[in-house]
Order: sequence, then C-alpha cells, then structure tokens
Amino acid sequence: MTETKTSENRPSETHTGVIGRPIDRIDGPLKVTGGATYAYENALEGAAYGYILGAAVAKGRIAEIDTAEAERAPAVLLVMTHRNAPAQPDFGPAVTPTVPEVFTRARPALNSERVRYYDEPVALVVAETFEAARAAAGFIKVRYDEEPGLYDLPGHMADAYAPKRTNAGFETDSMIGDFESAFAAAPVKIDATYRTPFEHHNPMEPHATLAAWSGNELTIHTSAQTLANFRAGIASTLRIPPERVRIVSPFIGGGFGSKLIAHSDTILAALAAQVLQRPVKIALTRQQMFANAGHRAEMIQQVRFGADADGRLTGIAHDVWSAASSFEEYCEQTAVFARSLYVAPNRVTRHRLVPLDINRGEWMRSPGEAPGMLAFECAMDELADRLGLDPIELRIRNEPAQDPERGVPFSTRNLVACMKEGARRFGWERRNPTPGRTREGRKLIGYGMAAAIRPNYIGAATAQVAVDRDARVTARLDMTDIGTGSYTILTQIAADSLGLPISSIKVELGDSRFPRTAGSGGSWGAASAGSALHNACNALKQRILKAAQSSEASPLHGASATEASFANSEVRIGQRSAGLADLIRRIAPDGFEAEGSVAAGATTESYKAYSQHSYGAHFAEVAVDCDTGEIRMRRMLAVMGAGRILNAKTARSQIIGGMTWGIGAALMEQTVLDRRYGHFVNHDLAEYHVPINGDVPEMEVVFLEEHDDKANPLGAKGLGELGVCGAGAAVANAVYNATGVRVREFPITLDKVLPALPVIAI
Amino acid sequence: MQSFTYERAASAEQAAAAVAARPDAKFISGGTNLLDLMKLDIERPAHLVDISRLPLDRIEETAEGGLRVGAQVRNSDLAADPRVRSRYPMLTQALLAGASGQIRNKASTSGNLLQRTRCPYFYDRNMPCNKREPGSGCAALQGFNRMHAVLGASKACIAVHPSDMAVAMAGLDARIETISPGGETRTIPIGDFHQLPEAMPHVETVLGHGEMIAAVTLPPPPAGRQVYRKVRDRASYAFALVSVAAIVEKSGDRIRSARIAMGGVAAKPWRATEAERTLAGAAASDGAFTDAAEAALAGAVGHGGNDFKIPLAKRTMRHTLAAAVESA
Ligand SMILES: Cc1cc2nc3c(=O)[nH]c(=O)nc-3n(C[C@H](O)[C@H](O)[C@H](O)COP(=O)(O)OP(=O)(O)OC[C@H]3O[C@@H](n4cnc5c(N)ncnc54)[C@H](O)[C@@H]3O)c2cc1C
Ligand code: SF4
Repeated sequence: MTETKTSENRPSETHTGVIGRPIDRIDGPLKVTGGATYAYENALEGAAYGYILGAAVAKGRIAEIDTAEAERAPAVLLVMTHRNAPAQPDFGPAVTPTVPEVFTRARPALNSERVRYYDEPVALVVAETFEAARAAAGFIKVRYDEEPGLYDLPGHMADAYAPKRTNAGFETDSMIGDFESAFAAAPVKIDATYRTPFEHHNPMEPHATLAAWSGNELTIHTSAQTLANFRAGIASTLRIPPERVRIVSPFIGGGFGSKLIAHSDTILAALAAQVLQRPVKIALTRQQMFANAGHRAEMIQQVRFGADADGRLTGIAHDVWSAASSFEEYCEQTAVFARSLYVAPNRVTRHRLVPLDINRGEWMRSPGEAPGMLAFECAMDELADRLGLDPIELRIRNEPAQDPERGVPFSTRNLVACMKEGARRFGWERRNPTPGRTREGRKLIGYGMAAAIRPNYIGAATAQVAVDRDARVTARLDMTDIGTGSYTILTQIAADSLGLPISSIKVELGDSRFPRTAGSGGSWGAASAGSALHNACNALKQRILKAAQSSEASPLHGASATEASFANSEVRIGQRSAGLADLIRRIAPDGFEAEGSVAAGATTESYKAYSQHSYGAHFAEVAVDCDTGEIRMRRMLAVMGAGRILNAKTARSQIIGGMTWGIGAALMEQTVLDRRYGHFVNHDLAEYHVPINGDVPEMEVVFLEEHDDKANPLGAKGLGELGVCGAGAAVANAVYNATGVRVREFPITLDKVLPALPVIAI
Repeated sequence: MQSFTYERAASAEQAAAAVAARPDAKFISGGTNLLDLMKLDIERPAHLVDISRLPLDRIEETAEGGLRVGAQVRNSDLAADPRVRSRYPMLTQALLAGASGQIRNKASTSGNLLQRTRCPYFYDRNMPCNKREPGSGCAALQGFNRMHAVLGASKACIAVHPSDMAVAMAGLDARIETISPGGETRTIPIGDFHQLPEAMPHVETVLGHGEMIAAVTLPPPPAGRQVYRKVRDRASYAFALVSVAAIVEKSGDRIRSARIAMGGVAAKPWRATEAERTLAGAAASDGAFTDAAEAALAGAVGHGGNDFKIPLAKRTMRHTLAAAVESA
C-alpha cells in the first residue's frame, strides 16, 4: 500500500498535473513481451563471439601461455593475450588526481603479464559461436609464477592507511571537539565493533557488450548506467577521441552501481572488433561477474557513543577499516552519513583502507549508508537498550537543529515525523522492550527500527526537447533507465510541463549522441535529468509563447502575456487560447526545439548553503525459530521524506527494492573470500544468497508530503537508494529484540543466534 | 564446456548399451545438474545419451502395496501425485522443499538421486578437489566448509549429498532398480546406493558405468506419522544446512518404532539407526527425543565452519520427532 500523507508543516504548491501519479512503466510492455533489446541481444551481421579466460591465481605473473591448441580449435578467429593485444596505456596510479577521472581513466585489459586478482582476464577467445569460443578457452594452458598475496582484512589491519578522500570526494576524516575526553567522561558508553562482509550486486543482466567499428568510428552496445563515463573511459583506453565512440544503452537489466565504469567485456570487445574488423560480442559469465564487475568491500566498523544518563549524546565516533585493492583505491564513504545524522558536541569519523590483492570495490547501491548504517543504527539500538530508552525517543533526543558538522540548515528534514508516523502505523507500542520475551508458539518475535538518511546529489545534465506540428514531443538525453523508471518519470515531467497527454511524449534515452547527463547513479538520476528536462520544457514554452505573440499567423498574435499557461493541449495567454498543434502548424510548421540544463549540485549556492538529504524510518518485525534459529521476516514498513514524489508507483518500487536489499544485507548476503587463495568462493547465485520471494514479507511504504525547493526546480530528491539505508539495521534490531542476541558480524545467519537460544520444552 | 555428441535413446536397454560402449559417455535426464557442470568443465562427457523421453515416467502400484516410481518421473509430478501425498507425505514435503518450481518441473527422479555435491571448491576448476580431480587434495577441509559434512566424511572429502528427495526416500527404505547394458536388472536398497568418500570421493554410488536407474520402488507406507523438516539459510531455493525425515509410530504413550534420515550432514542420505534404536519402545517424551538426537550425532565431527551443524541437527531432530509425535 502506498499513501501520501499531508503533513502539517508543508506549505506546498498544488500539483494537479501528471507528476506524482502512479502510472505504469512506459517501458513495461516492451520488457515483458521481449521487445526491449538488451546489449547482447543486438544482432549484427557477421558478429563474432568472445569468451574471457580468467586467471587461476590471485597474484603473480603469467610465466607461459600456450594458445596453440585453442587457435587450432574449430571456428576460432582470434586468441588474444597480453602478447598480442593491441597496445593500450598503462593502468596508471592507484589514485586519480580528481574524482571524475576515476570514471574516465583508461582501463586496459590483457596488457600485462601481471596478475593482480583472481579471475582477472588472461586471454580472450573469439570464435564464430559462443560455444566454440568457450570450448577453445578450455584448451589454453597457462603457467603462473604465483606470489603470496594478502587477502585477510582482519589479519592485516596493521597495513591500514588513510586515503586522500573517500568515494564521491568526501573528506576522509572529520573531527569536532574532543571525542576521546568526552567518551572517557561519559556516564553511558557504547563501544561496538561490527563486521560486514564482501557483497556483490549481480544485476540480472550481466555485463555485456557488442562492439562494432565502421571506419574509425566505434559503436558500443552495452549495459551502462552512465554513458558519458563509459565513452570517456573507452576512448582513453583505445586512445581515440571520445567523439569517435558512440555508446548505445537503451535498456539495462539492472546496474546497482556495477555499471558505472567500463569493464573488460567492453574493452575487449572493442579491441577484438578492431583486430578482426568485424563486430564482437562479449558477456561476462555470472561467475566472472564476481571478480570482474565490482563488489562492496569487507569492512570492520567501530562505533562509539558517549551519552549522558538522559540519552543525550556527548560524543560520536565512527571508525571504518575497509578492504581495498592494492592497484586501485576505492574508499566507500561508510561513515560520512554519521556527520549529519545526530547531534553531539564531540565527534569523529575516519576511513582507513587495508590494501589486498583483490580487484577494486565499486559503487554498490547506497555506497556508504548501506554498510555504515548497519553498524551505526544497530549501535544506536544498543545505546537505547543500555539506557532503557525507546529507540525512537533516543533519536528524537539527539535530533539536530542544523547539520551538526557543516553548521548549515537542512533543506528539509522530516526524520522525526517519519519515525513518529511509522511508530503509529506499525504499532510500535506493542514492542516488548525486554528482548527475547515475546513468543508465539515456537517462534520468538521481535520489532526493530532504524533511521534512514541518504544525501541528495545532483549531477550536471542537459536535455533536448522538440515538439512537432502535431504537438508530439520528443525528449532526448543520454540518461539511462536501469529498471528504475526513468522513461516514465521523464515522460511525466514533460507531459506536466507542456500540458500534454502522456501519449504525446516520447522520451529517448541511452544514446551518447543525445545531450549529456550524469546518468543513473547515486540516486541522482531522476532529480538531475528530470530538472534538466523541466528546464528544457520551460525554454521550449518560452520559445512557443514568443512566436505565438509575434507571428502574424498566430491566433494569439499580439496577446499580451502576463499570464500564460500550457494545459489540456492548449496554450492560453490571458483570456485567449489556442490548441497547441494548431498553433504550431500556423506559426512553425517544422516545430520547435529547446535545451535545458542543471549544474552539478556541489557547485551550486544552494548546495553550499543547505545540508540536503532524504530521510526516513524503517520498521521490521521478525520471527526466529527457537529450535533452529531460522530468521524470517514478518512485515516491514518504511516512512520516507524524500522531497516531491514524481511517480508514486516507481518510487514505491524503488523503496521496496531497497528494503529487500536490507533484508539481504542483514540476514544472508555474503561473498566469502578464501583467505588462502584470494578467490570468491561462493561465486554464483545458488550459493550467494539474495532474498527470494519467500523471504520478502508484506511491505508498506509511506511518503510524507514534501517539496524541497532548495534541492532543485522539481522539489524532488533522490530515493533510489534510500530504501536500503537503515533497512538492514531495522531487521538486525528486530532480531535482537526477538532473541536478546546481538550479532555484530553480518549477515545474521542462524548459526550466530543458535548458541544463545534457549532450549524450550516440548 | 567441451563439444559432445548426442543421441536420443530408443529404449532402456539401448540407452544402457550406448553409455557402456564409450567410457566418456553419460546419461542425461532433465539436465539441470549435468549441463551446469558441463558448462563449467567439471563434467566433460564427449557423448550424451538422452533418456528423458523414455517411457519411464509412470508411477505404478506394486503388488506389495507400495509405489514404483519411474526414473523419468519429474520431481514436480512425484510431489503432486495424490498417492504420494497421502501415503508418503514426507516425500512430497521433501521434494517441494528442494530447488525451485522451474527446476522441479525438469528434474527427474534418477537425476535427483545422482546429483552431485554443491561444494564450491568442486565447482571451481582452479581449486584442489579430490572429487573432481582425484589426488589433488581437498580445499574445503581447511577452507569455507559451512555447508559440509559432519558425519561419514574422510580426510579426502567432506562434501555432502545435496538431495532432499533422497533423504525422504532413505527414511522410507526405497529400493533403486537398475538396468545394465545386457538387459540385466538389479535392486539396490537406497542405504547401499551412495558411497561414503573414504579414500575415493569421486566414486559416489555403486552404479557401474552404463548401468541405468529404471525406477525407484517405495515399499508400502510404514505405520506412523511422517514429517520432513529442512533447515536453510533462506525461506526457499537454498540447499539444506540440515534436514530431518522422521516417521514415528506410537502405541499409547510409547514409541513403537521410528525411522529417521538426515540430509545436509553426509555424502549420502544418513539413516540415523542409533537414534531409531534409542526411540524404539521409549516413552514419547522430550527426554527420549533429546537422547535420540544425541545418539544420532554421537560420531559427528565438525570442520570449523560447519561445527554449528552438530547442535543444529540435534535441535532439529528433537523438534521434528516431537512434531511427528504430536501429529500422530
Ligand atoms: C539452483 C539449484 C538449486 C537446487 N536446489 C536443490 C535443493 O534445494 N534440493 C535438492 O534436492 N535439489 C536441488 N537442486 C538439484 C536438483 O534437484 C537436481 O539438479 C535435479 O534433481 C537433477 O535431475 P536431472 O534430471 O535434471 O538430472 P541430470 O542433470 O540430467 O543428471 C544428473 C546426473 O544423473 C545422471 N543420471 C540421470 N538419470 C540417470 C539414470 N536414469 N541412470 C543413471 N544415471 C542417470 C546423469 O548422467 C548425471 O550425472 C537444485 C538445483 C539447482 C540448479
Ligand atoms: S569436500 Fe570433496 S568436493 Fe569439496 S573440495 Fe573437498 S574433495 Fe572436493
């Protein structure tokens, strides 16, 4: 059930238009009928198929690679190794000088005999069929000079270092006041160390590319979240100007942050297509995705709270040690949200990396908050428990009046309202504050809650919009729809702005020939691309109005426009109106075109003047089998304050998807890195568990009415990742409430609660 | 995956002969396990004999009052059969606790019995694994062995047999009928069918090369209530950490007889005969269930990551026995 609640504190313009309506996904019918063509499904005359062979060791060098038998195998066209791959730039230093270069740097493949991580590509076989390529890959013999590697985060904490910045360019550390003294003096203390495992995103559609050259122009059909980054990354790897690379990615079967940079499928397809002078297709296998398409790194987090007897925080410390790659730095901003969440005079957050011989971590849905809030919001629950205070009351007592570290006001912050509304709806008062005491039959029942916070990012974006003589509108942007609903909300924004029906709007995405956006990532897609399109529509309307007033042929000629509007397919100026199609036919038979843009959030005055986040509160009820320790969800509720909701249905889908990720992170997701060999042991979806339908309970999502006029012209804020933030902690806190067992090592599998469960008489 | 040739068998005898004729040939039924393993180069047959269309897909009454289940009966069909549901409910429960609807629609009775372990090191060709490559070592022994065996394992291999169906069948004393290339048939009690690893974990059953499973016979349903309980890491679509199939026959307040099999603990469906002996004649009480569970796991050995399976199996057995008695 989705509801929009009108809250008292919300003076807001009325939106009678189509924005916010829960319309179905525009691309839905195409997807369910197979009409949406994904990268690997594109058929091109003469396309050949590549198969990647990965390294059998995690560190060392290739001493010998014998490809003769593979080359002789039937239908094989090319076997590429570091010995014959086209020259590429070196990978370069582990840290790029600026944040954007992380996304655009060259990412060479097969250009060295060094093996940097397990399953790193060591050869590519291209053949007439996929099967022939895969069979031939099995004939390649590789001898490695293996070197001992480091794979053990807890074992190598002594190697930890402070990176220059975290992901997204945040300060590595923050320090206000004197935490250590405040902590030492605090009457109530929590000092809890939490561990979160490696995790993988593994979208349904694997990383896949079809590359085709035409002369010196390269077209890449791939599955990418941000086209401009892919384009730049490929261009620098191939050492050609970006203008000669076209990226096409209209449909994406999930990304979750794993498709923000080009991976080996893309680079190798482009190289092989160049060598063979024919189109080449490559997809990573599901197993290969684990080592080659990013992960969330293993982390150790120490959270310390000092509080007075009333639960007012005197000190907050969040220290994070994260596994990292030795060759490319990536520091998830795990403690950054803690700088904005609760008030306390003394505070410290720190990020440290432990370099290991593994591939780099990547952006995995809700980077920072996803692992960070698991630790931090569970530690808050520990504090509430220690104080004998209700967890919501504890949070209310520590609600800041302004951003506690930046010292600027919040643009909007409805955290307390979300918690209160959630408590009311969830029946929070039924929670037994004493853990392990509520039993139904042989199930222990528990309630848990946690706060949600996620920064609002805006990326620079431009949109182009054109209207033709039939008042049909085409909007073009290089934005992507990774399954989130971009096509749909952009259609709604244009329809709303231009006063036209949904059916008159065609949104075209996923082509690097279209104006550049920030793509989909960091929950910024809707707000960034949407604001650009909103501005483009405004520019288009200005153009139409101007022509309508000035053109002799216009039925609105000479109308003096103090008040003009576009609604019901009509243009109205003052008392006079005309049908939009009729008007355009008379004054501009070729139609009109316009562009609109937004600047990157971090550069805007409003971003500097306000702390901008989306907020929410998660609630969870679990049942724990007292005989086996099996933990199953019973219900979940999220109450969100995330700015203006552009489409109630797609927004809800994003939130329930995020809540499902919360269940996964709390209870089952974990990739095991073998600390002897450096490989991910459970590298398929039979052994890497994500929640299946049976694990997902009834979920309720409520959006508080909000309009954040500081955030952007739409008043919307990012929410694609908000559903994850804190959701896992609510589940974990419910497990504690049910069992009295505080598991600080995620995921909370049954073996971790079992020893503490009482044997209940039969 | 290496290239292979393929033929569709015309009869059971011919299928057996076709596989026997080539050391590198294998039967294929539903293919839900074999094809995955072939794609990963773990199974490398050069020739496949497709037996999925043989007329072995019937469930028939036997003269003794049991059921004879053809080797090609799909897991979904077996689970849904009204006779199975009413007379062997724990077999239906076990089948429905396994895999997913789609896989069960394809998976055959014989293929389910012969599915191979899910040990992740077995699945990775770069890792030492005695089962995949005899003599190469066992990466799981000192590695990630959360899913592994606590009973009947050896230094050579600690893998488990992943089937749920087979556990219920072990509790029901099923018999496996085979046909050999010459047309001879034999009947193997399920308890003798799977082999423990000892020094040769790559040898998993007593089947000879080319010997084909034709059917599984279920003896008449034993007296008592049947319960199958699977404990797993998520609500569905996960292999058993531990499972217990129990049939308990009561007489007044006492247990007349019990049959118990366990899954997820050994390289074969594990019949807990010591536990059965403890229960026979005992009062149907928490104490008796606890004693039985202790007896069943008396010889269990953990390997680090799977130590929890020992208390888990005990607790699961205790409450499964209680559930069987309660519903009796
Ligand atoms: C993701 C996933 C999850 C799963 N989860 C579970 C689970 O929770 N519980 C569970 O029990 N199972 C589970 N399974 C396994 C599933 O039950 C088996 O894959 C299936 O039963 C195999 O049957 P099949 O007919 O497809 O066998 P095939 O793959 O066709 O064959 C398997 C083996 O049996 C041999 N064979 C087949 N028939 C005969 C015969 N008549 N005579 C001699 N040899 C024969 C083949 O040569 C092959 O070696 C899961 C499988 C997958 C892929
Ligand atoms: S447990 Fe068995 S299957 Fe697994 S690695 Fe060891 S030998 Fe191989």
